Amino acid sequence: MHENENTNKKKIKLLLVDDEKHFVEVLYKRLSDRDFSVTTTFSGEEGIQALRKVDFDVAILDLKMKDMDGIEVLKIFKKMYPKMEVIILTGHESEQTVGEGMEYGAFAYISKPCDFEELIATIEKAISD
Amino acid sequence: MAQDRITNKLHSRKFTRNMVLIVILVSFIPMLLVSGMVLHQFSNSYNEKLYAHLKEMIHRHAQDIDSFLNERLHNLQFMLDSCDNVDLFNESVLQEKLFQLQQKYGDVFEDLGIINEKGVQESYAGRLKLENAQYSKAKWFEDALKKPFYISDVFLGLRSKPHFIISVKRVYQGKYFMLRSTINFEAFNFLAENLRIGNTGFAFILNREGNFQTKLHDDMLPSKKSYMDFISAGKKAKHGIYIGELTDDSDGKHIIYLAALLKNNDWILVYQQEKKEAFSDLIRTQIIAGVILFIGALLIVIMLSFLFHQIIKHLSEADREKEMMNRQIIETGKLASVGRLAAGTAHEINNPVAIMVQEAGWIEDLLKKEEFQEGENLQEIERALKQINTQGKRCKEITHKLLSFARKTDTQIQSVQVNKIVEEVVGISDKKSYTGITINSYKDQTIPPIAGSQTEIQQILLNLINNAIDAIGKKGGKIDITTRLEERFVLIVVEDDGSGIPQANQDRIFDPFFTTKAVGKGNGLGLSICFGIVKRMGGEIDVHSTIDIGTRFDIRLPRNKT
Repeated sequence: MHENENTNKKKIKLLLVDDEKHFVEVLYKRLSDRDFSVTTTFSGEEGIQALRKVDFDVAILDLKMKDMDGIEVLKIFKKMYPKMEVIILTGHESEQTVGEGMEYGAFAYISKPCDFEELIATIEKAISD
Repeated sequence: MAQDRITNKLHSRKFTRNMVLIVILVSFIPMLLVSGMVLHQFSNSYNEKLYAHLKEMIHRHAQDIDSFLNERLHNLQFMLDSCDNVDLFNESVLQEKLFQLQQKYGDVFEDLGIINEKGVQESYAGRLKLENAQYSKAKWFEDALKKPFYISDVFLGLRSKPHFIISVKRVYQGKYFMLRSTINFEAFNFLAENLRIGNTGFAFILNREGNFQTKLHDDMLPSKKSYMDFISAGKKAKHGIYIGELTDDSDGKHIIYLAALLKNNDWILVYQQEKKEAFSDLIRTQIIAGVILFIGALLIVIMLSFLFHQIIKHLSEADREKEMMNRQIIETGKLASVGRLAAGTAHEINNPVAIMVQEAGWIEDLLKKEEFQEGENLQEIERALKQINTQGKRCKEITHKLLSFARKTDTQIQSVQVNKIVEEVVGISDKKSYTGITINSYKDQTIPPIAGSQTEIQQILLNLINNAIDAIGKKGGKIDITTRLEERFVLIVVEDDGSGIPQANQDRIFDPFFTTKAVGKGNGLGLSICFGIVKRMGGEIDVHSTIDIGTRFDIRLPRNKT
């Protein structure tokens, strides 16, 4: 678990939940580089643990993980901290899961491989809303 | 496949011919047998009836003629019996007797005469002056002397007019004498002459020598046969009538005849008629029957051919539908397995690709930092990273297309206007301004909204239009998009005049990854996606294509149930 909270400016707190370790790591580097406060977790369980400690602004969530279904995680996130916006970022795109995700309160849905700038734009939009 | 169709056609043609032949045989043989039997029976009874009628007629006429002759003879015999023989030698008595006879029988008796045994006419009553006429040399007189009474053949005699004589021989004072009367030929002739039927049926009388005893009409020439010919060639029937047939030597016409003997077999009454005319009713009936049979047979053949043709058509249509259904089932099955495969692998591929793209992005981010700005190959590295990004996007496109097979439901099902989608798609395609290609749309304005996904229907049309544009190529051409309302479907036809699809490829165009485009130009998924979408909507997609003429896709999307 990486944490990056030592800057003066009030940083946007991001929670990454994805069991694809390398993906999470590169995303952590790039997002941190853009001055986000990023917390990485590698399973649904870890994500939930992290949310217990910190009130994140935005969560970026994968749908298909080994331990838990992303949709379940989403439901729990929304129950624990409804103010946090959740962006679904997954390679397992199907209309059914997209529909479900939106139904359970996800803010947006981006499919992998995604454009990094698009991701940033979506995060910023989630914050401003 | 085309070969198959041709052999099928040949088979069905052979099948039709065999079936028609069998049915014709089965139905015609009894029909012909029955018709033949009926016609034969009819001919026989017609024959019998005709001959019976003719026989009856001839018999009656023969009797009439015989009785005419006998009555005239009896008249003379009665005259002799009823008065004194000597009175008759008195010419005035004879005149009176003739007058009486003529009053009673008209002109039948022309004259009366008494001839002595030497052949001299001793007394005479009549118009001619024949007193003392000498008959001793006349043939009839010689014959008459031998018999108690005599009826002569027709001859010209002293008056140079056809006539014949009836004479009765008596004895007076130990010497023979003869009462003689000339019978009016016209009155006698009428008896035979009035026996006329149709145009060719007439009667005449012949004596033993074959001389005519009756006058003949100019247009009625009897066959030149002698008395005996008619008897020997004919078949003897009831009442002593002879029936036979002969061929006229002069014109080869077949003639039937009936002959009856008269006057103690001295004469013969012959009735003859052209066979053609005598049997004209029968022949007409036969012709009518033949024509009816022929028309009936023709109708049966035509009906049978038509019926079998229809049956074959239905059968082959059913066959074709079955074949198409099988093909679509196979196609659907293929798509389903590809869909499952795609769903299974897309996630696995997307993740590593996502990492690659992000790592490349990270390098890009780092390169922007100052310490790298002096790098020698900076530009080349940036280009390589962009390339990684582009290729990553390409991978994404492919996996997303693959995943679209796996979609089970469409979240965007809504009421859509097919015509509006066509308009939009044509608009988009037009803007791309392909040189030399015109896109026309012909919309049926009565089409109601249907349930479907706007983007999916767009995707189908765009795919088909893109294919059509590729098929037309640089030479230019046109694409027609037509919408039409059918009973159960909304039909969208996309038709181009491009290069067409070879027959061999037509079965495979809906297969995933089947493409004829150059590597990198097409991924072979367009049409299979279209197929998948149409099938999911419960519709149909068909292709009709001819090389160098063009290709037509018929898309049928189900109408809303109302």
